[in-house]
Order: sequence, then C-alpha cells, then structure tokens
Amino acid sequence: MFLTDEQQRILNGEKGETMAKVMKTMVMYGDAFEAEKLVPISSKYNHLVTSFGLKVMSPVYDLMQKLLDAEVVSGQKFSVDPRPLDKKVPANFLQNFVFNKFMYTKQDFYEDQLEKLGLMDKDAFTCACYMDEVGNKPEKGEILSWAESSAVVYANSVLGARCNRNSGILDIMGSIVGYVPYFGLLTDEGRKATWVIKIETTKKPEAQLLGSAIGMKVMEDVPYVIGLDKWIGNELNDEACTYLKDFGAATASNGAVGLYHIENLTPEAVEKGKDLIVEGAKEYVIDDAELERVKNNYPVVWKNPDAKPKLCFMGCPHMSLQQLKDWTDKVEASLKEAGNKKVLIPTVFTAAPKVLEAFNKTDYAKRLEATGVITSYICPLMYMNNPLCKKMPVITSSNKLRTYTSARYYTDDEILNAITKGGK
Amino acid sequence: MKEFKGRIVTPGTVTAEAVVTHEGFNTLASLQMALQFGDKEAKCGDQNNAELNGKPLAGKALCLPQTIGSTTGGLVLYCACAMGRQPACMLFANHIDSLAAAGAVLADVWVDGVTMPVIDCLGDEFLNYVKDGMTITVKEDGTVCVD
Repeated sequence: MFLTDEQQRILNGEKGETMAKVMKTMVMYGDAFEAEKLVPISSKYNHLVTSFGLKVMSPVYDLMQKLLDAEVVSGQKFSVDPRPLDKKVPANFLQNFVFNKFMYTKQDFYEDQLEKLGLMDKDAFTCACYMDEVGNKPEKGEILSWAESSAVVYANSVLGARCNRNSGILDIMGSIVGYVPYFGLLTDEGRKATWVIKIETTKKPEAQLLGSAIGMKVMEDVPYVIGLDKWIGNELNDEACTYLKDFGAATASNGAVGLYHIENLTPEAVEKGKDLIVEGAKEYVIDDAELERVKNNYPVVWKNPDAKPKLCFMGCPHMSLQQLKDWTDKVEASLKEAGNKKVLIPTVFTAAPKVLEAFNKTDYAKRLEATGVITSYICPLMYMNNPLCKKMPVITSSNKLRTYTSARYYTDDEILNAITKGGK
Repeated sequence: MKEFKGRIVTPGTVTAEAVVTHEGFNTLASLQMALQFGDKEAKCGDQNNAELNGKPLAGKALCLPQTIGSTTGGLVLYCACAMGRQPACMLFANHIDSLAAAGAVLADVWVDGVTMPVIDCLGDEFLNYVKDGMTITVKEDGTVCVD
C-alpha cells in the first residue's frame, strides 16, 4: 500500500508507539483487501457500534484504556449504538439481577471511556444516528469510518456516503488516524451491483422480510433492486426512508450487505441507473411465494412454540419519529376496533433518545402512553442477549432481532393484531 | 490427503480438527453467548446455522465461505482471541470479508501470545471437500492440508 510521508512517519512511531499500532492496524486491514492507499475521512461525525458495558468484553475496555492512557483519541466526535438497559422496560427480579450484577457491570465505566474518547453528547446512543433529530447524517460522497451494519448500509445506500462494513474498534481507529483504506464500497467499482433483484410481488413486500431474503441470497454483494419503486415510490420521503432503514438492516444481518441500489429511488440508482449493474450480474426474482418460503424457514426456537407472547419489541433498528406517530394511529385504531383499551401484550417501542424527546413534545406521546405501549431508548438485542430470555416468548417484526435472539418474527400486521386483539 | 493453496491474511502454523459451514458464519450470533457465559469450548449459538449450532468452535479449524452479520463481528473475534477461546485457524473459501479481517488484524496487532492463522481464497472446491472431523494442517506458506 502506498503511504504518504505523514502516514509513514506515524507508522514509524513519530506520534508514539500506540498511535503507530493504530496505524499498523489500519494498514494491515487495508492490505487484506489490496487497498492501494489510505484516504482521509471527510464526515463530520463518526459512529461506533460498541455501546454496551458487558463485563465479558473486558478486552475491549482494556484496549480503549490503552488509547486513553496514551492520549491517542479522535478529533472527530461520534455517536454510538443504544444503551442496553432502561428501567422502563419490563424485567423480572432475576433478569434485573443478572443485568445489573452480572452482565452490564461495566456500563458506567465504559460510558465514561466513551465520553473521554469523544462522544457527541450524553444522548448520542442510537443505531439510527442518521435521523434528523440525532444529527449525525453524512452527506453524499463523504468518506466514513462507521461501524453498525444497519447504519453503514443506510449511509451508503440512502445517503450516498462511502463506508465499508467496518468492525467495532476499527471504527474508532480509523477516526483516530483520520484515514481509512481505500477499497470495496469506497471505490466506484466496488459500488457496482453484481446482483439484479426483480420484485414481482402482488402487494408491497414487508421490508424486513424482503431484506432478509435478499441478504441471504447475495451475502456481501451489492444488489440492484428493480420493481420496488412501484410500492414505495420514487421520492426519498419519510415513509420510503423508514422502509429502507428496516429493509437495509435485514439485508445486513441475514447477509452482509453494505450497499444496495433501488431503481429510481436511491441516489446512485437515480443518477446512473442500470449502468451500475456489472456485466454477467446474477438474477434473483422475488414473488409472494418466495417471501412466504423465506418466512416459513425461520426457525422457531421457543421452548413451547404455542406459548402466549410475554413481550413485544418494535424498533430494531430504532424507530423514526414518523414511525412512532404512524404506529400510534395504528394501535389506537386497532384497539378501538377490538373494543380494547390497552395493548394485550407488554409492548416496547424503541427509538433514539433525541427522537423520543421530539415525540414526547407531540400529542402522539400521550395517546401512545394511553394504549399501554412503553417507549424506550434501549437496544432490544442487548436486552435479550442472555439465557433468561431464551425461555421468554418475545415477538417482533424486526428481522435483525430475530436473527440474533430467540425473538419470533411476525409481520407488522400480525404484530398489530397480536398486541391489540390477542390474535396470532 | 488433499492440499489447497490460499492467501495468508495472518500467518502461522497449526493442526486441528475441522468444523465446516457452507453458509456465512455469523460471528456475533455464533459466539456471543459462549463468550458471555464462560463456555470454554465456545459452542456455536447461531440458531440459523444448522451445520454449526451447538458445536464447539474453540481450538477447531473453522472452514467457512465468509462471515456475515453485525459489525461487532471483528470485535467479538478479537475478544475470543484475547480470552483464548478462538478457533485454531479460520479458513475461508472466498476472499475474506471486512469484519473477519478486522478481527484477525486486531488480534494480531493488539493481543500478545495468540496465533490464529487465517487463510482465504481457498476456493469452493476446498469447502466441498472438507468435512467435520477431518484433520487440517495449515503450513507457513498458506498451504492447507486436509486429511
């Protein structure tokens, strides 16, 4: 890899041994992909994936402390994934004990480290940092050192920024040296589509299910999706962006998609159209039967598959303000139709602290509260990341949460039916 | 015995028993519970991966196409190495992905005394040939012997 004089001097130790190791990490990372050079990061903010103070992650905190002790920190402030705990979210005595006394005992310590390393502000904890209310929304063409699979795929696809699927720790190291290796999704060539996905459904496909199907098929390749604009339009408005947020998260968790193009909708597809597709691209046709097949293949890992759900999580990735408002209307209307006043299953909607702050200023907040739905800033995945939850029948319409935990997937309509009418 | 030649991502030599997945290896889903709750064998916890779910991964030659899933993947792999619960080696049929590469590099640069050879570009033939329980030897020049 070609290094500038400045980069070479850092690698040689001019800025200390720790900084040299950070540079070595980035160079080795780039070498693994035959990157020709390092390029400067140009976004205002970074985004980190590691927000949780799990006791077992002590190697991470030790490494962060090494950086802090050597005063090797980033000039770039960052947001970070959601906190793992919130007292508002239902948990029994045993769960609380395990969460607070066993699992997340390093939370305060780690949050202190994050502040010293450059956290944007005390509420910058969300996986959906690109929401307007949060303020970490990169511009088209900007180079990022982000991690968090759902945020990376959104930044690349919907915002047109350029970012590889960086891992946790690598995210902050890129930001510290100010450079990332030039390969993959940073290059024009790497952003070309090697798959053509044809949507031939008879109704609007469920975002999370469609993303899941595509992720499983294309793995880490770039898909060019034809026919989805028929269902979600050709304008990147709130509704379309929300759909793409959930769709993208599923492509990235059931596969390793870091960028997708939606014909006539996402910025590069609008600009370049089918020129983005490489010659000999593979094809995948998705119709109603294919989505049904994918859904039916999801394993049910509940001990008793017929158990009555004890908890419902919505918001992985975190919900948008518009999503919270739309769901308030839907829950209210469905409860009224069923003659019920409150949701029948304890239900938690999760969103960024700043989004919740904005939501709480609207009339919707009181209306949603009246239905019994709880709002929280936590990461549902972190909440469920323990053996106690394996025995707990949790439902969700998040394919990402389903992938990593024992939560069971249902479509949005099925979830609405379950929480308001008690149906399956 | 059959030999396959790959590209060295992180160097080293080792002999270990193969565990094989033909699907993407979801690092977070596979290792999170094992690391968190002290499973020294690091049994795979990925319910979506029928080939690996429940099988011990620590000390095994993990044969895979690539890793998938959360971008905590590299960090999880780094933690597994720092805690001594990593696979003996990772052998990729495809080009290594960014998350696995990050984990391998982080372990190589920041963890003392841990060697986890990582070889990629071994090809589809490698993954079609290797089976659970076969003995794998990784040589210094990136040659992988399957017995």
